[in-house]
Amino acid sequence: MAYDKPLPVPDPVTRPFWDGLKAHELRVQRCRDCNDAVFYPRAVCPHCGSRNLAWTVCSGRGTVHAFTIAHRGTPAAFRSAAPYVVAMVELEEGARLMTNLVEVEPSPEAVRIGMPVEIVFDDVTDTVTLAKFRPR
Amino acid sequence: MMGLSGRAAIVGVAESDAIGILPDKSTLQLVAEASLNAVDDAGLSVRDVDAVFAAGWRPTEVAEYLGIAPRYFDGTQVGGSSYVIHLGHAATAIANGLCEIALIVHGESGRSRVGMFPEGGGPQLPAGQFEAPFGLPGAVGAYAMACSRHMHEFGTTREQLAEIAVATRKWAALNPKAFVRDKLEIADVIDAPLICWPFGKLDCCLVTDAAGAVIVTSLERARDCRRRPIRVLGFGEGLDHQMISEMPSYVHGPGRISGPPAFAMAGVSHADIDVSQIYDSFTYTVLLTLEDLGFCGKGEGGLFVSGQRTAPGGDFPLNTSGGGLSYTHPGMFGIFTIIEAVRQLRHDYADHGPRQVADAVIGLVHGTGGRLSATGTAILGRD
Ligand SMILES: [Zn+2]
Repeated sequence: MAYDKPLPVPDPVTRPFWDGLKAHELRVQRCRDCNDAVFYPRAVCPHCGSRNLAWTVCSGRGTVHAFTIAHRGTPAAFRSAAPYVVAMVELEEGARLMTNLVEVEPSPEAVRIGMPVEIVFDDVTDTVTLAKFRPR
Repeated sequence: MMGLSGRAAIVGVAESDAIGILPDKSTLQLVAEASLNAVDDAGLSVRDVDAVFAAGWRPTEVAEYLGIAPRYFDGTQVGGSSYVIHLGHAATAIANGLCEIALIVHGESGRSRVGMFPEGGGPQLPAGQFEAPFGLPGAVGAYAMACSRHMHEFGTTREQLAEIAVATRKWAALNPKAFVRDKLEIADVIDAPLICWPFGKLDCCLVTDAAGAVIVTSLERARDCRRRPIRVLGFGEGLDHQMISEMPSYVHGPGRISGPPAFAMAGVSHADIDVSQIYDSFTYTVLLTLEDLGFCGKGEGGLFVSGQRTAPGGDFPLNTSGGGLSYTHPGMFGIFTIIEAVRQLRHDYADHGPRQVADAVIGLVHGTGGRLSATGTAILGRD
């Protein structure tokens, strides 16, 4: 069946991020002035106001910062997938991103804040790859 | 800032003719009903209104529908807190002579979806690219995720969150207008179907059809109106993100920004607050706000609400209408926090036993909008 969930449409600034995932590489911007990681991709560093941002490749390792388990009230395209885990993962490099946890039981007993996770490149269509994470 | 305290007053408040499930009424009709009912409450005419504040609907749409050409208007739209923020903006404009009779109104056919204003989004916006692909269920998923962090850092429990839902329901039982009034126990909240862990159905606000409106004017003009004026003593606003994935800390909301200036402007302390209306989109919203506003220390919200402290007869009367959890919640609730605060401070319920918080003189209202994104705090006082 065709993939029916919402797909991102890259813009000129975010394009390298999405191209990176397509190449199975997790790219995050870093500010050359304050050295902080920047996510989501921007034209300006939200930490210091610099425009001097560079793309860096991340390890794909991180930890669970927060999560919820979606049972009901999901967007229509996700209904049959429930229950599933939506989480914020904090990368080793410092950025936090929203994701789904996969290869883990969707229960508060199995998923723990602080749990180490690693990236899974999910090629959901021919053109779009999503960054998901599993326990490591 | 001291120059703004108490210079404006609320002289009229009202809901639409009915609230609840209203499939025969359009959203703009609800807006009109609440607006006319509020000017009636004030003893004024809609023709007297010279300022319009709206969110969801634009001020242009509200003014056009009511046939008003306002000389001042504000469409600040930061979700359900917008109307508390509008109150501060209206008081500022009135104190500076930029307008005299301000209408703040919000209505939504949130449940029946009749003639709803458009709600935007798109796959190329930040949320469309970096949140939507993962299926986070709207506001409930966002607040639930934030709550997981509070439970992790401070040991907050679902039972403590449930205390809020149970206490709020007790207030609703005293309010004939409340959507749900049957008794709740802590176990009912815990055992309700899970929506987004850690929230069950009863941790979540209602979805209803409703409108509310508030009329604000100068203190001088207010003293000629029909009802006892309720003065706007202090106000503040804060925001620090839009998307939940961008919230700097899930255990610190913007109430920490909006609260202090409101207290400072009003010149009151926490102990002076007789009654509070704190937007309860979810149980966690209330718990976090109590901490952010400084009613208890960070991480102590669970203990603070334990033992039904916020219920009728408790020492911290909170959400005395039954709140968004049990009274009404069309989608953006902030306007109703102001309406209930004014009624308590006017002693409208003096003949209704425990429905009236005895001798209430100072009240706090607080709205939270978006994804814990933006807050408005206001402190009101009986004239
Ligand atoms: Zn920087």
